[in-house]
Amino acid sequence: MTNRILRLIAVLFALALSPLPALAQGTDFTAMVQALGQGGFPDREAAMNALVATGDERVPPILQAMSDGTLFVRKSDQRVLFAAKSGSEFKLTDPVDSSNAGTATSKDIEKVKVNNGLRGKIRTAIGTMTLLSPDRASRLSAAQSILKNADPAMLPLLDSALAAETDPAIKSTMDLARAVIVLKSDATLDDKRAAVDTIAAHGDLDAQTVLVNALAAAPDELKPTIQTGIDAIGRNLQIWQVAQNLLYGVSLSSVLLLAAIGLSITFGVMGIINMAHGEMVMLGAYTTFVVQELIRNFAPGLMDYSLAFAVPAAFLFTALVGIAIERGIIRWLYGRPLETLLATWGLSLALQQMVRTLFGPTNQMVSPPSWMTGAFDVGGLSITWNRLWIVVFAIAVFVILQLVLNRTALGLQMRAVTQNRRMASSMGIRTPFVDAMTFGLGSGIAGMAGVALSQIDNVSPNLGQGYIIDSFMVVVFGGVGNLWGTLIGALMLGVGNKLLEPQFGAVLGKIIILVLIILFIQWRPRGLFALKGRSIEQ
Amino acid sequence: MITQLILRALDKKAVWLVAVLAVIAIGVPMLNLGLPADHPLHIPNYAVPLFGKYLNYAMLALALDLVWGYCGILSLGHAAFFALGAYAMGMYLMRQIGARGVYANPTLPDFMVFLNYKELPWFWNGFDMWWFAFAMVLIVPGLLAFVFGFLAFRSRVTGVYLSIITQAMTYALLLAFFRNDLGFGGNNGLTDFKDILGVNVQAATTRAALFAASAFALALAVLVCSAIVNSKLGKVMVAVRDAESRTRFLGYRVDNVKLFAFVVSAVLAGIAGALYAPQVGIINPSEFEPGNSIEVVIWTAVGGRGTIVGPIIGAIVVNLTKSIFTSGSSYVAAGVVILIFSAIVAVASGWTKGLIVIAASVAIPVLYGLYQLILYGNFKLPALSDVWLYALGGLFIFTTLFLPKGIVGLIAQWRTMTTKREQHDRNATSPVDVEAGVDPEPNPAE
Amino acid sequence: MADKTGTMLYLDGVSVSFDGFKAINKLSIIVHPAEMLAIIGPNGAGKTTMMDIITGKTRPDDGEVLFDGRTDLTKLDEAAIANLGIGRKFQKPTVFESQTIWDNLVMALRKPRGVFSALFYSMSADDEARITEILDTVRLLNRKDDLAANLSHGQKQWLEIGMLLAQDPKLLLVDEPVAGMTDSETVETAKLLKDIAKTRSVVVVEHDMSFVRDLGSRVTCLAEGSVLAEGTLDQVSANPVVIERYLGR
Repeated sequence: MTNRILRLIAVLFALALSPLPALAQGTDFTAMVQALGQGGFPDREAAMNALVATGDERVPPILQAMSDGTLFVRKSDQRVLFAAKSGSEFKLTDPVDSSNAGTATSKDIEKVKVNNGLRGKIRTAIGTMTLLSPDRASRLSAAQSILKNADPAMLPLLDSALAAETDPAIKSTMDLARAVIVLKSDATLDDKRAAVDTIAAHGDLDAQTVLVNALAAAPDELKPTIQTGIDAIGRNLQIWQVAQNLLYGVSLSSVLLLAAIGLSITFGVMGIINMAHGEMVMLGAYTTFVVQELIRNFAPGLMDYSLAFAVPAAFLFTALVGIAIERGIIRWLYGRPLETLLATWGLSLALQQMVRTLFGPTNQMVSPPSWMTGAFDVGGLSITWNRLWIVVFAIAVFVILQLVLNRTALGLQMRAVTQNRRMASSMGIRTPFVDAMTFGLGSGIAGMAGVALSQIDNVSPNLGQGYIIDSFMVVVFGGVGNLWGTLIGALMLGVGNKLLEPQFGAVLGKIIILVLIILFIQWRPRGLFALKGRSIEQ
Repeated sequence: MITQLILRALDKKAVWLVAVLAVIAIGVPMLNLGLPADHPLHIPNYAVPLFGKYLNYAMLALALDLVWGYCGILSLGHAAFFALGAYAMGMYLMRQIGARGVYANPTLPDFMVFLNYKELPWFWNGFDMWWFAFAMVLIVPGLLAFVFGFLAFRSRVTGVYLSIITQAMTYALLLAFFRNDLGFGGNNGLTDFKDILGVNVQAATTRAALFAASAFALALAVLVCSAIVNSKLGKVMVAVRDAESRTRFLGYRVDNVKLFAFVVSAVLAGIAGALYAPQVGIINPSEFEPGNSIEVVIWTAVGGRGTIVGPIIGAIVVNLTKSIFTSGSSYVAAGVVILIFSAIVAVASGWTKGLIVIAASVAIPVLYGLYQLILYGNFKLPALSDVWLYALGGLFIFTTLFLPKGIVGLIAQWRTMTTKREQHDRNATSPVDVEAGVDPEPNPAE
Repeated sequence: MADKTGTMLYLDGVSVSFDGFKAINKLSIIVHPAEMLAIIGPNGAGKTTMMDIITGKTRPDDGEVLFDGRTDLTKLDEAAIANLGIGRKFQKPTVFESQTIWDNLVMALRKPRGVFSALFYSMSADDEARITEILDTVRLLNRKDDLAANLSHGQKQWLEIGMLLAQDPKLLLVDEPVAGMTDSETVETAKLLKDIAKTRSVVVVEHDMSFVRDLGSRVTCLAEGSVLAEGTLDQVSANPVVIERYLGR
C-alpha cells in the first residue's frame, strides 16, 4: 500500500519537475488521445507528452501502436483508433475503452505518422511510463531500456523513480542507468567521477561495456578515472569467473561423487572391480524414465514429484540387479580381481545391448520437474537449480551411506567381512549374504546416481560408459576403502577439471587431469588415504 | 649366447607354429593370385586383407599375452600401442599421397589443408621416408611403454590399479587424437592411402604381399616370445606373475623384468598395428577406445593365456565369430559356433556349465522374440548383428567363469590327465593335484 | 651399544609404527658371522616385521640397520639387499608353484640378476651339478620335474630352504621353518640349519621350543617390538618376565 502511495507521489513529483505543459491534468483522456491524430510532428509530440504526463496505464499500448504503425485516424470522424488488418479490411478498436469500432478499408483510414525522432521519443516515453508501473517485470524492462538508450531527458524521471523504487535489482539497474546518463550529460566533473564509481561498483559485463564506450567520448581529465573503473571491473569479473568455475567444479564433483561412491563400496570395500558399474548408473537413469512415463500416463498430477518415486525405485531395481550379478557371476570369482574385471565388462556390454533392444538406441527424454528448472543469480554467479539439487542429493547420499556403514548392523557386518572374512564367518555372520547385500548397496547407490544424471545427461544406453573411467579415477585417487577419500577425490578431480578448462579447453583439461592422476599413482600407488601396515600388503 | 637363445626359441611347438604360419604366408597369396576366380580353392580378393587383419589381431593378442599371461600385468591399454604403430604407418602412407589428394597440395595431407594448416607440423617431418616411418613404428609405442612402464613399475603399481591406469592412458590418447589441432586428422583419422613403398596399396598383389608380411611378422613374434619365455628370464617373468615379492627377495629387479616385457610387447603391438593400417585402409582415434583393448584381453583369455599359440587361436576364433555374427550371414553358422563353444565349456567344466551356455544363447533371441510378440503382436527373432554384443558379453562372462585356461589350456589339461593316468597305472601313486597358476593375484579384500 | 665392526647384522634402536601402532620399538639385535640366533616371542612381537625391515620390505621410522658392519640396509630395496647376500625364507612357504622344482632352484641359483643376463643365461655343467647337490640335500631330487604346487607343506619348506642355499647368502633369515613338518623332518631341519650356520649367519624365528633346543644357539625373546631377554635357551626360559609374557606358567 505504502508502495503505491509512494509511486503516486513520485508521479506527481515528476510532473511538477517535468518540462511538459501541465495542462494535461484534468483534461479529458479521450480528447488527449484524439490530439495524437492532429497537426504535424511537433503537435503530435506535444500530445504524446501530455498523455505521458497522465501516467495512465492505457498510454503505453497506444504509444507502442503509434510506434508500430497500427494507430490510425478514421477520416470520417477523425477518431484515433487501433487498426488490425484482417483480410482486405481493418478491424478497428477504440484505444480508450477497448470497444469495437467496426471495420474499415484502407481508404477510410489514415496512419498516424511518426518519424525516427518521434519514434525515439516514444520509446523513451514508454520507458518512463513503465518505469513507474506497479508491475515489477515491466519496471525492470523499462529501467533496462533507459540504460540502453541513456537519454539525458529521462534523468529527472529516473531520479523520482529511484526514490520510489524498493526492489534492489531494479534499483541497481536504475542506479546504473542514472550514472550512465550523468556520464553523458554536461554534469560537473565530480558528479561524473561519482558516476564512474557507481558504474564500476556495479562490476558486471554491462557496466564494463558502458565504461569502455564512455572512455572514447570522455574528456581527458576523466579518462584515468574511467580506466581505473574498467580495470576494477575486470578484476572483479575475474574473481567472479574463478568463483563461477569453482562452482562448476563443485557441481561436476557432485556428479563424480555420485557416480563413484557406489564404486567405492564395491571396489573400495569389497575389492571387486565392477566394470558394469556404469551400466548400473544407466539402469538407474532408465528407471527414472520408466517411472516418469508411468506417472505421465496414470497420474499426471504427480509429475512434479516423479523423482521422489524414481529414487527408491532406481535404488531397489539396481540393487536387485546387483545382487543377481553378485550371486550369479561375481561370487565365483572372488580372489581373482582381473577375471572379475573381464566378466563384468562382458556383462556391461550385454546390459547396454539389452537396454538398446528394449528402448532403442536413441536418447530418452526425461523432463525435469518444475522446481529443478531455471537458474538464479548470486552476485556474479549463475546457479542452475538442477545442479544445486544434484549437489544436495550427492551430499545426502554420502551422509546416509556413512551412517549406514558406521551405525547399522549391516554396516558393521560389512566392515567385519571385508576386514577378515574367515573371522567374521566363524562369528556367525553369513558372509555370502553380507557380500550380496554390500554389492547390492553399491549397485543401488549407482542406480540413485543414475536418477540424478538423468537430469543433466542424455539417457542413452551409453550413459554409463562416460562415467566408468572417471569413477575409477576418483576411487583410485582417493584411496580404496575410504568414503572420505572418495569425497576428496571427487572434489579435487571435479574442481581441478573445471579450473583447467578455461585455460586449456574441456578435452585438453581432461587429458591433463588423466595424466596427472597417472603420475599421482606413481607417487602414491594406493591413493590419497591409503592404509598402512603389514596386513594390506598381502 | 645369441645362437643359444635362438635355438631355445625353436622348441617343438614354436617350430610347428612357425611352419604353419609360413605355409599360410605363402599359400594364401598363391590361392588368391595364382588361381582363377571361379576355381573352388580361389581365395577372393576381399578375404585377403580380412585374414591379414586377423593375423595382426593375433599378433596384438600374442603381445598382450607376453605381459599378461607370462608376467601377470593386465594391460587394458594395449590397443593404444597397436594404434600408435598404425598411426606411424598411416603418416608414412599419407605422405606418399603427395599431390594426388583432393586439394592437390604437394606436402600437406588433405585434412591439414582443410583445417588451414600452413605448413607441416614438425612431427610429420621424416615420415616421407619409409625407413624413418618404420623405425617410428617401433620407437613410438616402445618409448611410450618405456616411460609409462618405468613410472608405473618403479612405484609398484600392480594388479587392478595398473589395469585401470593403462585404461586411463588409452582413454587420454583417445581424447587427444580426437582433437583436430593435434595434427593427426581429428576424428576422421588418416585415410585415402595410395602407395606403399612405391606400389599401389589397393592392388591385389600388394594386399597379398601385406598378408604375407603379416604372417611373417606373426611368425617372428612367435619366435621372439618363444625365445623370451623359454629363457631363464621367462621363468622369472612367471615367477613375478605368481609371487612378485618373493621374486624380489631372490634379488631380481621385478620392475626391470616387467619393463622389459612391457616394452617388447608394446613394440610387437606397434608392428601389428603398422601392418593393420594399410590393409584396412584407415586409422582413426576409435582404435584407442578402451573397449578395444579389453576385447584383446578376451581373445587372449579364450585362446589360453600363458601359452604362445593360445592368443593366436583366440584372436582368430573370436574375430571369425564376430564376422559371422556382424555380417549377419546365418543363424545356423552362429548356432554351430555357439554349440562348439558350449562343447568346449562342457569338456572343461562339466556338462551343466555347457548347458548354461546353451540356455543363455537360446534365451536371448527367444526373449527378444517374446518382447516383439507382446509389443507388436508378431514373434520375430533379432537380427544376428544385434546379437553380437550379447555374444561378446557372454564370451567374456563364460570364458572367465568356465574356461579360465582357455582352449589351449583345455587341451593341455586333457593331455596331462591322460599322462597322469598312465603314470597312475604304472606306479599307482598319484601326487596331489593342485591347480596351479589360476590364482596369480592376491585378493586385496583379505 | 656394542661395536659395529665385525658384525654380520646390526640393528640399533629400530622403531616402526603402522598408523600409530608401534610394531617395533627401539629394537637392537646383533648377529655375528657364522653364528646362529634363534628368535622366539609371542605373536605380534614384531618378528616378521623385523625381517621385513632387514630385507627392505618395510622402512623403519627410526634406527640403524647395518649389514656386514657397514652397509646401511634402510637405503636399499629388496632386490639390492638380496643381492648383498641376505636370503629369506617366509613364514608361509612361498615357492613358485606353477613351475617345476628344478626351475625354482634355477632361478634362485646365485648368478647375475639382470634382465639381459637372465635372457641370455644358459646352464653350465657346474650349475647343474650344484642344483643337483642342493636337491639331494633337501631330498627332492626324485621330484625335480614336478610342479612345486604338488609338494606337501613340509616339502615346500624344504624347497624354500633349498632355494636359500642356492642363493648362497651370507645371512639367512628363516621364518618358522618347521611348521607343518613331522618330528623326524624337524630334527633333520635342525641338523641342516646347524650345518649351514658353520659358514654363514642364520637367524631363525620359531615357536617350536624343542626345535630351538635342538639348534642349541643363542636365543633372543621379543615382545611388543623390543628385546625381552637374551641368552641361552635355558637362561631365557628361566627369565620370569619371559615366562609371564610368552611361555606361560
